[in-house]
Amino acid sequence: MTAPLVGASVRRKEDFRFITGQGHYTDDISRPGQAYAYFLRSPHAHAKIKHIDAGAARAIKGVAAILTGADLAADKIGGLICGWMIHSKDGSPMKAGAHPALAVDRVRYVGDHIAIVIADTLAIARDAAEKIEVDYELLSAVTTPDKAQASGVAQLHNEAPRNTAFQWELGNKPETEAAFKAAAHKVKLKLKNNRLIPNAMEPRAAIGEYDQGSGGYTLYVTSQNPHVARLVMSAFIGIAPEHKLRVVAPDVGGGFGSKIFIYAEEVVCTWAAKKVGRPVKWTAERSESFLSDAHGRDHVTEAEMALDAEGKILGFRVKTLANMGAYLSTFASSVPTYLYGTLLSGQYAIPAIHVEVDAVYTNTAPVDAYRGAGRPEATYVVERVVEEAARQLKIDPAEIRRRNFVRKFPHQTPVIMNYDIGDYEASLNAALKLIDYKEWPARKAEAKKRGKLRGIGFSTYIEACGLAPSAAVGSLGAGVGLWESAEVRVTPTGQVEVFTGAHSHGQGHETTFAQLVAGRFGIPLENVEIIHGDTNSVQFGMGTYGSRTSVGMTAIVKALDKVEAKAKRIAAHVLEASAADIVLENGEFKVAGTDRKLAFHELALNAYTGHKFPTHEIEPGLKESAFWDPLNFTFPAGCHICEVEIDPETGVTKIAAFVAVDDFGNVINPMIVEGQVHGGIAQGIGQAMLEHGVYDPESGQLITGSYMDYTMPRADDLPNYKVGLTVTPCPSNPLGMKGCGEAGAIASPPAVINAITDALGVKEFEMPATPLRVWQAIQARH
Amino acid sequence: MPGVSMTVNGKAVTGEVEARTLLVHFLRENLRLTGTHVGCDTSQCGACVVHLNGKAVKSCTLLALQAEGSQVTTIKGLAKNGHLHPVQAAFKEHHGLQCGFCTPGMIMTAVDMIRRIPDLDETIIRQQLEGNLCRCTGYQNIVKAIHAASLEMKGARA
Ligand code: FES
Ligand code: FES
Repeated sequence: MTAPLVGASVRRKEDFRFITGQGHYTDDISRPGQAYAYFLRSPHAHAKIKHIDAGAARAIKGVAAILTGADLAADKIGGLICGWMIHSKDGSPMKAGAHPALAVDRVRYVGDHIAIVIADTLAIARDAAEKIEVDYELLSAVTTPDKAQASGVAQLHNEAPRNTAFQWELGNKPETEAAFKAAAHKVKLKLKNNRLIPNAMEPRAAIGEYDQGSGGYTLYVTSQNPHVARLVMSAFIGIAPEHKLRVVAPDVGGGFGSKIFIYAEEVVCTWAAKKVGRPVKWTAERSESFLSDAHGRDHVTEAEMALDAEGKILGFRVKTLANMGAYLSTFASSVPTYLYGTLLSGQYAIPAIHVEVDAVYTNTAPVDAYRGAGRPEATYVVERVVEEAARQLKIDPAEIRRRNFVRKFPHQTPVIMNYDIGDYEASLNAALKLIDYKEWPARKAEAKKRGKLRGIGFSTYIEACGLAPSAAVGSLGAGVGLWESAEVRVTPTGQVEVFTGAHSHGQGHETTFAQLVAGRFGIPLENVEIIHGDTNSVQFGMGTYGSRTSVGMTAIVKALDKVEAKAKRIAAHVLEASAADIVLENGEFKVAGTDRKLAFHELALNAYTGHKFPTHEIEPGLKESAFWDPLNFTFPAGCHICEVEIDPETGVTKIAAFVAVDDFGNVINPMIVEGQVHGGIAQGIGQAMLEHGVYDPESGQLITGSYMDYTMPRADDLPNYKVGLTVTPCPSNPLGMKGCGEAGAIASPPAVINAITDALGVKEFEMPATPLRVWQAIQARH
Repeated sequence: MPGVSMTVNGKAVTGEVEARTLLVHFLRENLRLTGTHVGCDTSQCGACVVHLNGKAVKSCTLLALQAEGSQVTTIKGLAKNGHLHPVQAAFKEHHGLQCGFCTPGMIMTAVDMIRRIPDLDETIIRQQLEGNLCRCTGYQNIVKAIHAASLEMKGARA
C-alpha cells in the first residue's frame, strides 16, 4: 500500500519545464508572419484629444497600420465593461463611465490608450509612435479620492456627477447607532490603505490572430480566466461570436488578480489582426505595466468601534472612500463593496455593523482586485481598530480577541456572511506558542538594552473565498455565475486527462489536481495530465482568483464520481458480478471478497472496446464532465503575529519575527500551501513597509513608475516566516478545503502596522512604514 | 545590419542585429532561446540573467554586439546530458518556484553565487539576491534551495 497522495508534499509536476527554461509564456510564442504592436499612450492625466495626425508615422517603412478609437468605433467594437452591478443606497444603479479600448476624444489617466501602431518590428512600431502628433487640450486632474467629490475639481465622466460611481451601504444603521449610545468605550481610527501596483513578474502580453479561411480569431493572452475573456470579448465588446474566438492562456507568470481583467490591449490586438491580415503581438514593457495594469487597494477610511466595559464589541461603523481610478475595470465595483463590507465582522461576534462606501473616479489607472481584493482592506480596518481598542482599554491584545471570537457555528454576521466553521482560539493559541508569547516582555526589554524599539502586533483574520454560490453573487449584482467545470477523460490505455476551467499561474494545479485524480484511481501521478487555459480544449470555466480552487477541485471530484460509477458498471459486466459488489482499491476494480479483478488500464480498454458489456445500456467510452456550484463561501481564518525592531536613530524597521497559523481546512499539498502563505505574507509586508503607488497630485504623473521608485520586496527585506496549520474541515465541499492563496496578503499588513505602532507608542500610522515615516513618527512623539 | 557571433550553450551562433539590439532580445528572438525572460526595462528584476564567460550578467543590460566572441550559457544550457544541475534540482525539491517566471534568472544567479562564495548562509544569500525579484515565493524557499544546493555541491567537491 502506497502512502496517500492527497495530503502529501508531492514535488511539482510542472517544475521541470520551468527550471529548464522550457515554459511557454505568451511572449515566448511566435506566430508565422507576426507583426509587432506598440501602444501610444497618453502622457497627460486628463486632456481632450482635438486631433491625431498619424500621416508621418504611417509613411515609415515597415509600418503596417496605425489604428485609433475612431477605427474601433467605425467597426462598432464596444468598450470595456465592468461586470458587477452595484446599486447605491438610494437604489440607483452605479454610474459607469464609457471606457473605449482606444480613447475617442478624451484621455483620463497617464497611460490611457490612444492608438495601436503595428509594424514589422517592435523597434519600427516604437519609432513610428514617436512620429504621431496628438493635439491635446489639457484639463485639470484629480488624483486622490479625498479630493474627487469636491466642487470645482476635474469631472471625469458626464455620467457620474461629483466623480461618484456609487454610494453604497451595508448593515443596519439604526442598530449600530444604538450600540454606540450604549457603549462604555468608543475607539476611532483614520486609516489609509495604500495604492499598490500588482507587478506579476511576467508583464502582460497578447497575440491576436485571424484565420481568413475559417473566419476565426485566436488570442494568446496572459490571463487568469481565458473563458471569461472570451465571453466578455464576444458578448459585450463584439469582436466575434464565442465559437469564432479561441482564447489561450498558456503559462502565465503570476497574476495576483491583475490578469483577471479584460484589458484594452488584448481586445485591440485581436481586432487589429484581421485588419492587418497578420498576427499582432504586443508585450508590455514594465513601465507600461506600472501605468496600465489595474492597481489595487487605495481606500481612505474612518472606523469606529463601540465596546462595553469588559471589551466586548457592541457595534462597528465604517466609512470608506474607494478610489476606482479613471474607469471601472472588469470587477472593480465588487471589490470595495461585497468583497469588503461583508468581511467587517472579522472573527468576532459583533451584533451591529454599518458600512458606507463612496466609490470615486480619479485621473489614475483603474483600480481592481489585487491579491485578497477587498478582504485585505476589511481586515486592515478590523484588526487595526481591535488592536487599538485593546490598547485603550488596557487589555492584552490576545485577550480582547478571545473575548469577542465567534464560537458557535454556523454564525450569521450582520453583513451577509454565514460562517460555517472555524476555531479561532486554536489558531491564536498555536500562533502564540510559535512566537513564544510568554517570553515577549523579555525580548522587548533585551531590545531596549540594545537601544532598539521592539513592538508586537496581532492579526486574527477571516476571509471569504471559494467564490461563490452563483445565485448569491447574482443577487448581489454579479454578471456571471461562479461555478467551475471539469471534464475527466480516461484514455483507452488507462491514462487520465483532466480538463479544468481553473487556470494555474503558479498555484501548482498540475500537481495538486493530479494528486486528487491519481489518489482516487490508484494510478501513478505521471499518468494524469491536467489541461487548462485553452477555450478550445476546456469547455468552459470561470478561472482562478479568490482562492477558488476548492470550487475547481470539487468539480473534478464530481466528474470522478461519475467516471467511477460508470467504470464499476462496466467492471460488473466484465467480471460477471453485480455493480454493487465492485470496489475500487489500489488501482484495481475488484469483486469484493473474491480474487476477480480488473486493473485500471484493463477496465479502460474494456470501456473503449465495448466487447464485454451491453453498449445499448452503457455507452462505450469513459469520459464524464461536471459543473460544481459552491454551496457557500469558504472561510479560511487564522492568526498572524509580527514582531518588529526599530532603530530610533534611523527609523529603519526590521521584522524580527513573523508567525502565521492558518486554518485552510483540509490541505491537498502542504508544501504548496506553505509556499502560497510565504508569497502572500511577502506581498502583505510589501504593502505595510515598502510599496506605494503614488501619483503627483498636480500633474497626475505616476511617480512610482518603475522598480527605481516602486519598492518591491526583495529577499533581504523579508524575514523567515514560521508557519503552522490548524484544521477545521470545510463542510460545504467534499474535500473539506477552504483555499489558501490570499490569506497571507490579507492577514499580514495589520500585524506589521500593529507591531510598529506598538513599538512607537503611536495611535495612527500610514503604510508603507518607510524609514523616513517611522523616523518622523519618532520625532513627532517628543 | 552588423553581424555578431558568439558561442551559446556550447554552439557557435551568428546573426545580424541592429546596433541597439540587447543581448536578451538576440537570445530570445534570433535564437528562440525563450527560457531567458524579460521582467523589466530598468535592469532590476534579474529575470534575464545568463552567464557570459562564466559570470552572471543581466542580458537586458548588454548589447548583443558586446557579447561578440563570448561564451554564453542560458538556462537552457545548464542541464548537461539530461541531468539537472544541482541548483535546478534543489529549486524543485524545495519548492523554490511558483509561476516560474523569475526562475531562470534566479537559478543562473544562484549558480554564479555558489561558484563565487564558498560558505553561503541565509543572510549572504538574501543579500546576494539583491538583483533578482520574485513576486510569488516570498523568497524563503528560494533561499532554502540555494543553500541546499551549495551544501550539496560542496559535498560533491570535497
Ligand atoms: S529584464 Fe533584465 S533585469 Fe529585468
Ligand atoms: S516564481 Fe513567480 S515570480 Fe518567482
